[in-house]
Amino acid sequence: MIEVSKLTKYYNSFLALDKISFSVPKGQILGLLGPNGAGKTTTLRLLTGYLRPSYGEITVDKYRLPGDDIKIKSIIGYLPESVPIYKNMIVYEYLFYVGEIRGISKEKIPERIMDIAKKCKIREIMHKNINELSKGLLQRVGIASVLLHDPEILILDEPTTGLDPNQILEIRDLIKEIGKYKTVILSSHILSEVEATCDRVIIINKGKIVADDSPSQLKNMYMGKTVVNICLHGASTEEIKNIFKDIKEIEQVRFLNQDDLNISLEITLSRDVREKVYKAIKNTPWILMEFYKNKMSLENIFKQITTEN
Amino acid sequence: MIKPLILCKKEVKDFFFSPIAYIIISIFLLITGWFFFSTFFVIDQANLRDFFSLLPIIFSFIIPAITMKSFSEEFNMGSYELLITFPVKTRDVLLGKFLSTILFIIIMLVPTLSYPICVSLVGNLDLGPVFGGYLGSLFLGAGFSSIGIFASSLTKNQINSFIIATTICLTLSLIDKMLFFLPDSIINIANYFSATYHFQNFSKGIIDSRDIIYFLSITFIFLYATNMVLYSKR
Repeated sequence: MIEVSKLTKYYNSFLALDKISFSVPKGQILGLLGPNGAGKTTTLRLLTGYLRPSYGEITVDKYRLPGDDIKIKSIIGYLPESVPIYKNMIVYEYLFYVGEIRGISKEKIPERIMDIAKKCKIREIMHKNINELSKGLLQRVGIASVLLHDPEILILDEPTTGLDPNQILEIRDLIKEIGKYKTVILSSHILSEVEATCDRVIIINKGKIVADDSPSQLKNMYMGKTVVNICLHGASTEEIKNIFKDIKEIEQVRFLNQDDLNISLEITLSRDVREKVYKAIKNTPWILMEFYKNKMSLENIFKQITTEN
Repeated sequence: MIKPLILCKKEVKDFFFSPIAYIIISIFLLITGWFFFSTFFVIDQANLRDFFSLLPIIFSFIIPAITMKSFSEEFNMGSYELLITFPVKTRDVLLGKFLSTILFIIIMLVPTLSYPICVSLVGNLDLGPVFGGYLGSLFLGAGFSSIGIFASSLTKNQINSFIIATTICLTLSLIDKMLFFLPDSIINIANYFSATYHFQNFSKGIIDSRDIIYFLSITFIFLYATNMVLYSKR
């Protein structure tokens, strides 16, 4: 559906994107992952025709960018990160305006708005001023406005930044729902975000693609190691080091926090042998206060990927 | 409805749903009304010459105030990104903003029709210069609007946009008053660039193609330049 080849973008002399190529089949939810300034937003802006590429080409169906800008823009729905919708308008009025500019016939717009409003759960706020909306509702209105013309491709730039955990879950569900019958491309710098919603992840760093795989594959590749956090009552650091000596899978023991009674530590295991660790502790008189597998953070993965390159 | 008209409708709504429109119109009517009536009874002539003679200078401040937000605000809020990813051409956006400004100027000028009505009640008003003056005001307004829109496409900051536009408009309005120290051969050429000079022909009731071409060229040149600026931003 989307074919990107050797896409390059210079901002003056600064190279923001360096010959990236990828393709997205119909119906896939693709996550662009990367730290700030990696080139995620630039990629999305190029895909939506907001920016012109310095070199390279984008093909969507049979249309090309640059060239068939208007055609491509009409099958894409794009929501920038800051949700810059006109704050001085009323929700319904704004959606109507978008409908008009998207070329939906005037008679059909109200029906279409009601349809989308139901899907995005914004029916109750239709008459509200946009500047009175909370960030979560604003995001919903934003998504509704880009779904209005029933685009085949939906592009969302950091759709969950600045939302509270409940809102994040709601927006994720909404994206997953939309992804059932549309191609979705979203960007994020949060791994769990991408993991929860996407079929595929492309990691961008310094304008280059450094990884391209499904989230689970990526995790396996870069997170073969297991990190376990433990909190023990009544133990001492010496004793702890002693009992873990025999477990050869332990690569590192790091003491995080220590007061009179409790010791917190983080153990890095070359593979998941949590039962061995547990059994070792079980044989001691200490009380196990906490024991959990730590999720490896994106920062760690990034460190790994960027040092590999 | 075609795209520029949809955009124009939205812009006009924006103008009149915010207090700025009413403030600008009030200031405009206050200034023109005061300048007009303060001399009207002293001079004791049934014409609108004083009203029209000051219009280029008043427009040099009022029109940049109308146009300063047109692109600057969109850039600043980031809504320009959304606007440009709608299936519209840059020139449709530009045209929409330009038309809305013209419409605003027309709405602003309508109340001033009370001046000729008042004058015609107390004296014998020659309608030619009045008609010419209003036609000229539209051409002048179109020229200055395109300058204002151009200025606002250059910057995110509305104040900067206002200052740039006012500077250009004032230069065009006052250039004919600064010519006394120039040699005669250059005066005619320099005079051609003066907006006031061309506008005054209109307000005398003379509708000359040279004046029309002057204002249309200014409008076109600055709209074209705006289009170039917007294109280079991508």
